[in-house]
Amino acid sequence: MKEIIRYLNDIIKGLCTLVKGMAVTGHYFFHPKLITTQQYPENRATLKMQERFRGEVIMPHDANNRHKCTGCGICEMNCPNGSIEIITRMIETPEGKKKKVIDKHIYHLGMCTLCNLCVKACPTGAIVMGQKFEHAVWDRSQLTKVLNQPGSEIMTDEKE
Amino acid sequence: MTTTTLDFDTIKTQEYLVNMGPQHPSTHGVLRLVLKLEGEIVHNVDPVVGYIHSGIEKMCESLAYHQIPHLTDRMDYLSAHMNNEAVALCVENALQIEVPDRVKVIRTIMAELQRLASHQLWWCVMGMDMGALTTFFYGLRDRELILDIFEETCGARLTLNYSTPGGVMFDIHPNFQKRVKDFIKYFRAKLPEYNQLLSGNVIFRERTIGIGHLSQKDAIAWGVTGPSGRASGFACDVRKHHPYSAYDRVNFNEILRTEGDTYARYQARVDEMSESLDIIGQLIDNIPEGDHQVKMKGIIKLPEGEFYQRVETARGELGVFIVSDGKKNPYRVKFRSPGFSNLAALNHMSKGVKIADLVAIMSTLDLVIPDIDR
Repeated sequence: MKEIIRYLNDIIKGLCTLVKGMAVTGHYFFHPKLITTQQYPENRATLKMQERFRGEVIMPHDANNRHKCTGCGICEMNCPNGSIEIITRMIETPEGKKKKVIDKHIYHLGMCTLCNLCVKACPTGAIVMGQKFEHAVWDRSQLTKVLNQPGSEIMTDEKE
Repeated sequence: MTTTTLDFDTIKTQEYLVNMGPQHPSTHGVLRLVLKLEGEIVHNVDPVVGYIHSGIEKMCESLAYHQIPHLTDRMDYLSAHMNNEAVALCVENALQIEVPDRVKVIRTIMAELQRLASHQLWWCVMGMDMGALTTFFYGLRDRELILDIFEETCGARLTLNYSTPGGVMFDIHPNFQKRVKDFIKYFRAKLPEYNQLLSGNVIFRERTIGIGHLSQKDAIAWGVTGPSGRASGFACDVRKHHPYSAYDRVNFNEILRTEGDTYARYQARVDEMSESLDIIGQLIDNIPEGDHQVKMKGIIKLPEGEFYQRVETARGELGVFIVSDGKKNPYRVKFRSPGFSNLAALNHMSKGVKIADLVAIMSTLDLVIPDIDR
């Protein structure tokens, strides 16, 4: 007899705890406004990342196609996994001096761990972190980018 | 029709080996367990590790000291901040740099937020392992808010790389305090839901209470740390016994339980969540003014010698051991990861249980496989 009472007791107790759990889920079922799910691909227009979000390394250019990169190579030295390659060339300034300028700032997004060390180390603030996070491409070679735009040149202080 | 009666006492079963994993949803990654079974009873568990060994310790030997933290993000990705902090503290101790109070407090708040996020994910995965899919959505819902806080201040959601030798990467965002306070208020109201959904559930209790017992003596012998060790009564909280950062200026309880079973480990983590909320609540209003970074040299060189620093991650005690020969790269780096030691006790805990219970035991150890393999 005792066994049966305990058995029934267990069933009733069990049902009570199940109802308790169901009450929580039921509450959300009848209050759909409390649900915080984002409908991701549909909300692309309104989805905005935080300003510090690290999506990729970019080099901002102004309206005259000028950037701030001096080609010093500090970002290349600071990168822990060799995602950045700096190729420089020598030009002759109108005053006749030789000057080192950036030829190509090559950035391998596929190798980048987005650690922010290059951006932090850059003495001129030439590279920043971009907000783009949808990086899927069809071909791996598309992940290697040249950050300085063709024909771009360095901003000089007197022009600013 | 003839009926055959089976005499179960005379049937002999045979021990046999079954591979659980490396591709198994309940091992939470590529962990392979070789089970020696008799029927459904587990006789022996032989973990085979190394499937995602990535050589982080070796890679550290070719990196400068300010580059090492970004690799430790990838070890125990659920307590990325604590891993960063461990390396940063180790380097700072070696150089005998005193970081500003502001850095210490920010690091502590971030570490506790990270612990909360980790325990929330553990909680929802624990429910999922035991067949309660609902918990998965509830845990992730709350974790998302912490990740938003990280995204705003650190710039990343998972691999933060926020603590660097000499300070933190960025100063806190102007919205940080408000967001964290909102979160504490929100999560205090939501924590009872966790207990309603899972802790009190009769199926869950029947499957966890008394299963996978680990005594205090064994916990110490196997080096089981973190909430798993404290559930067995092993007082091993590094935050309490060897305070670092700002843990010496906050009041909190070390959650200790004596049962040492799966339910105790579960309850220890749930209780730790509210302790973490307390710690954040004490610090969030008194972040001292100051710099967020000490001016460091471009190339950090540690003096010759051996340096060790331990921190409490969400899984247990993480130790960082750096041997320096005075150059800009470390001579040798060794991480004492909590997951590896905790996994070692799995065989001891799960002798004689059923396979389904083994899943529950493994879930309460909160294994993160990259942390084990490194």
